Amino acid sequence: MTAMLELDRVTKRFGGLLAVNNLSFVMQPGEILGLIGPNGAGKSTLFNLINGVFVPNSGRIVFNGIDITGEKPFLVAHHGLARTHQIVQPLTNMTVLENCTVGACFGREDLPLHRATEAARRAAALVGLDDRLHMLALHLTIAGKKRLELARALAAQPKLLLLDEVLAGLNPTEVEHMIGVIRRIRDSGVTILIIEHLMQAIMSLSDRIVVLNYGEKLAEGLPADVARDPQVIEAYLGDPKLAMQLESKDGGASHGNAANV
Amino acid sequence: MLRRPFFWIITLVIAAFAVSPLIGNNVELRESLALAAVYITLASNLNLMLGYAGYINFGSIVFFGLGGYICIWLVDAHSWPLGYSLLAAAIGVSILSLIFGLGILRLRGPFFALSTIGIVEGVQAFVENFKPWGGSSGIYISPEVFKPLGGPGPALWVIYFLFVAVMGASLYLSYGIKISKFGLGLLAIGQNEDAAAILGVPTPRYKALCYSASAFLPAIAGGLYFFKGAFIQPSDAFDLTLSTEAIVICMLGGQGTVSGVALGAYLYEELRGYLLTSSTFSNFQLVIAGLLLLVIVLFFPSGLMGFIHSRFPRTQKVLE
Repeated sequence: MTAMLELDRVTKRFGGLLAVNNLSFVMQPGEILGLIGPNGAGKSTLFNLINGVFVPNSGRIVFNGIDITGEKPFLVAHHGLARTHQIVQPLTNMTVLENCTVGACFGREDLPLHRATEAARRAAALVGLDDRLHMLALHLTIAGKKRLELARALAAQPKLLLLDEVLAGLNPTEVEHMIGVIRRIRDSGVTILIIEHLMQAIMSLSDRIVVLNYGEKLAEGLPADVARDPQVIEAYLGDPKLAMQLESKDGGASHGNAANV
Repeated sequence: MLRRPFFWIITLVIAAFAVSPLIGNNVELRESLALAAVYITLASNLNLMLGYAGYINFGSIVFFGLGGYICIWLVDAHSWPLGYSLLAAAIGVSILSLIFGLGILRLRGPFFALSTIGIVEGVQAFVENFKPWGGSSGIYISPEVFKPLGGPGPALWVIYFLFVAVMGASLYLSYGIKISKFGLGLLAIGQNEDAAAILGVPTPRYKALCYSASAFLPAIAGGLYFFKGAFIQPSDAFDLTLSTEAIVICMLGGQGTVSGVALGAYLYEELRGYLLTSSTFSNFQLVIAGLLLLVIVLFFPSGLMGFIHSRFPRTQKVLE
């Protein structure tokens, strides 16, 4: 089976700063890969490299068997790769439906307008925006805008979805709803690469985790193993107690030591 | 398209333009409407860039002027019939602007706006030194060319109907683009170009196509305009005033709307006609245009149509 996404020794420099350094990993179809790391570790830069906003200084990025290194963002989108933004980027003076229709029209399927509208409606319904279809994007709440980001990306019917902190800034109820949505997206066959700071959420969602620090891969593995890795604890989690808690809550059940907390 | 009410509204407007000066052979009304048709043509096509794709083009006059030059030159030096000359002018100017567009559309915001002024200045300087086009003294055409159209009198009517046809085509084009996938992509670019590209809108191609499409009909209008006057010279053909007026019209009517820009153009032409002829305000129209622009930008950023749409939300479905 071809890997969904393959990064081969990708490096990106901004002047003297090595934002991403010699990074390699592989994603299999249908998996959720969590990307974590302290602020400034290069997570968002990595997203920008994958979808063509930045061109890497060296290395190769292969998406579903196609070399997309240095391709323009709109070409990458046509191959079936969609993303959301950490800082929401709605098309402000267009309605929710129009925003999603843009995603559907110019995404992987390259749909004609009337069929794109249908796909857009379905995507909006999936994230729970179907009651606000004709509202201008600028009038949405921040939670609404985050959902719009997701709906727009989904409307393109991508094979691979990059989620950049879709849970940040949401209240606990909204977070729970969003996690449900992300699981449903994966169940529909979409591969997901997700950046998230909410540890509980990402540990429970992800099949595997990659930890970045100063642009380098610090660790890679099952959520439970990563959370137990002393290097990761030191660089990112800082507090070993928190790590213990996470492990027991999320990784614990599947590993049979459900005794504590 | 035929089932949409706005399509029929456009058709009705065109019919009104075509028929009303015929009643009582009203030559004065014809001249005023001819000018309004030119303004509507220029503003509607500028609107494709300004209102849809969000790029301020200060140099839209260059399409008009170059179209005029190519047409007059073909009619005068090569004795082409008017129809072919107009078509050749439109195609030539569109191809040229596609080439220009691919270059300058890498720039954004104020840098793009400045480069469009640069294009006007550059083309004007070229034409002023281009001997086959008469350099800075321009080209006169002999009244002989009106003969195939039935002499100077009837020719003015033919030219008027052609003006109306070009205006109609501009309105249909604006509307057709607006309800198409191409239009959706342009609107997305106008809202947030980076987000649009990430959603898959092929931004460089769409922008260049839009720029080129917005050149086609103004080039024909330019050809007709200078053919009518039987004279063309660089300072008239590349007068930045007309570009600026087209921007004022788009802002006045409501950029991005088809009906607003047409209405704005008509109202502006009427106002301009009044200011030009009234004794107190002669040649004062540019001062008024400047003040108008200031007031619109400050208080009605979405223009006349934006105001009407927000007051009467139901009109949004009918008046695009």
